[in-house]
Amino acid sequence: MLILLALIIGFLYAASIYMFLRRSIMKLVLGIIFLSHATNLLLFVTGGLRSGAPAFTNADGTVDLSTISDPLPQALILTAIVIGLGITAFSLVLIYRFYKETGTVDLDELTESDKT
Amino acid sequence: MTLFLPVILPLAAIVMLLFSYKLNRLQQFISIFSMSLLVLLAIHILLEVISNGPFAMQAGGWEAPFGITFTVDLFSAIMLVTTALIALIVTIYSIGFLDKTRKQAGFYILIHGLVTGVNGSFLTGDIFNLYVWFEVMLISSFVLITLGAEKQQLRGAVKYVVLNLIGSVIFVTAIGLMYGQMGTLNMADIALKLREIEHTGLINSSLMLFFIAFGIKAALFPFFFWLPASYPTPPVAITAFFAGTLTKVGVYVILRFYSLFVITDLTTWQMIVMIIAGITMVSGVLMAASAYDIRKILSFHIISQIGYMIMGLGIATVIGLGGAIYFMVHNILSKTATFMAGGLFFKYRGSYDLKEIGWIYKDKPLLAFLFLLPALSLAGIPPTPGFFGKLFLIYGGFQAGAWEITTVAIIVSIITLFSMVKIWNEAVWKKIPEHSKAVDKKTLPVSSFWSTLVLVVLIVMFGLGTGLYADYFFEAGRQLMDAELYINTVLK
Amino acid sequence: MIMRSEILKIAALHLKPLLLVLSLIVLYRGHNEPGGGFVGGLLAGTAFVLHGMAFGAECTKKLPLVKPFLLIGLGLMFSLLSGFIVVLFGNDMFMQGLWINIPIPGITELKLGTPLLFDIGVYLVVAGMLMLVMLSIMEED
Repeated sequence: MLILLALIIGFLYAASIYMFLRRSIMKLVLGIIFLSHATNLLLFVTGGLRSGAPAFTNADGTVDLSTISDPLPQALILTAIVIGLGITAFSLVLIYRFYKETGTVDLDELTESDKT
Repeated sequence: MTLFLPVILPLAAIVMLLFSYKLNRLQQFISIFSMSLLVLLAIHILLEVISNGPFAMQAGGWEAPFGITFTVDLFSAIMLVTTALIALIVTIYSIGFLDKTRKQAGFYILIHGLVTGVNGSFLTGDIFNLYVWFEVMLISSFVLITLGAEKQQLRGAVKYVVLNLIGSVIFVTAIGLMYGQMGTLNMADIALKLREIEHTGLINSSLMLFFIAFGIKAALFPFFFWLPASYPTPPVAITAFFAGTLTKVGVYVILRFYSLFVITDLTTWQMIVMIIAGITMVSGVLMAASAYDIRKILSFHIISQIGYMIMGLGIATVIGLGGAIYFMVHNILSKTATFMAGGLFFKYRGSYDLKEIGWIYKDKPLLAFLFLLPALSLAGIPPTPGFFGKLFLIYGGFQAGAWEITTVAIIVSIITLFSMVKIWNEAVWKKIPEHSKAVDKKTLPVSSFWSTLVLVVLIVMFGLGTGLYADYFFEAGRQLMDAELYINTVLK
Repeated sequence: MIMRSEILKIAALHLKPLLLVLSLIVLYRGHNEPGGGFVGGLLAGTAFVLHGMAFGAECTKKLPLVKPFLLIGLGLMFSLLSGFIVVLFGNDMFMQGLWINIPIPGITELKLGTPLLFDIGVYLVVAGMLMLVMLSIMEED
């Protein structure tokens, strides 16, 4: 399972970097989405993988550390996903407005503000 | 409770501003009121730290390594006061400067959001919480930079947004690696556990990832390209606040992290930091020398001056770090003031392009001086605060034997003077070019003018009184170097 | 222009109240079971987005509940209040949780607490944000 996840994370990173190198801004945003997914999975792995181990204590309050999984990475991922939602929504609106203003989604359109 | 107030107060102001959405006058009143309260609150915290030393508070009463800690030492208290002051002054400046559409589209709400994020980043003692505050800050700045949605702004914003998002993702990756290795997110706890475990490659690589992430936020050498492309595009009232605070938060976090977490391989890290500082200084100032737009020149200078602050970290002595902290305060004040004065030039002459404008001294001598004083401070002419900041850094550099970086710093400061003199010559002393396309507006918004004046007076006073409080900055540097103090404050 | 389908219109009319009720249920059970303010808020926002897809953004904006800025403001206020309630009770621990159980005879007991208030705040903010973003995108067409 760990190896599978590592492969998926690596694939997502590779895909996002490939998307970054394309010229279309839409693909750039897709790249950002892939990148944040890859990172969320990475966070998930950092807590250690334990199949079938919920992040709860027993009903009487005792804790058996061998049967419990680390709940913190999941909370971190949730936070990262929520932030990712806001950012994705914002960047989609941004490129939509950019497209409306300039009539293109070509990244080469961007160079103009760099000229001194 | 006190420590949470710098975050709660702007949030409460946002609630009120949302309820009074589109009621411009009421929003202005609420903003100025809440920003003034914030200044008082920050001064209160600073006084508390000066008299009682650093202290920490736990959110929700959860014990230190498990809950979220807010902690303050002299460094963060000084930064809190400075940013609160700048926020108040920029808010007043923007009342006269910004057009009504932008103000009604939520400028005041967003600037409070920005202040919330900045204050949270200064105070938090938890790396994931730091990420959240960074995002609060970034999302507000994303919207601020696109506010008004002009073509140029959107062009700049795409770069700003994309590069900063990549920076955030790298930050989270580093947090994940750190957590996987250490099993904790509390900064003091991490610093403590780093002492006990074998220093593995994974720790160093996640520290490098942190450095890249914060380097993107702070606009360090290989990562600064978003800054000159995006900062000149929004109205100056917005850029002034960005220039004063956003990159400095990045520097603050670099200083905090590396004084806490870099324990082994010190000389290697010091060398990396020094080299990056040197190249950052030189590249920023050279690009500024070739630019002819006031906002562009000043934006490039932000980069160059970030180099000085990082140089203080590279020197890593009490004088070096104290000097870096002093330099940060000076830079926040002076940089904002030069941008604000540049904005007033624009209001008066109708262009930012130095080739189009001139003769401000003839029509408005006082306005010319409003630019001159902070500009001289940036270049480092005595008795402005910029002089003392560079003096401390250069003195610290020579004392630590880092003469290469110190020589670079001296040369860069001469080229800075050249850029500032260029703006002065072109905008203030030159005749208006005959073929100028700029349309004279001859207007000076009252609130903008007076707020700039107040800021400039503050800068001059800050420089003249350096002897009175220089010791506090060195004390802040000493507290920053003393990792034990930080750990004991948080974990008790 | 968007095609306005009669089927979608009728479906949206009937799904909107259903989704809103469902979002409230999801919000309430969120403390111990899957759900919570974020998911609930998304569901509530989706109800209005669906309405907007069927009838057009202009029509949706006239609905009584669609006041994004007010919703976001209220939500932030609730979230802040949830942290302050404990301070009002004389305890200096900002954001500490407080709980009261109200028994409903014969059925169950109602567990109310400051985390629930915080979740209601999240619910309102997310719903308001979703409305704001989606309706402003739809309006541009």
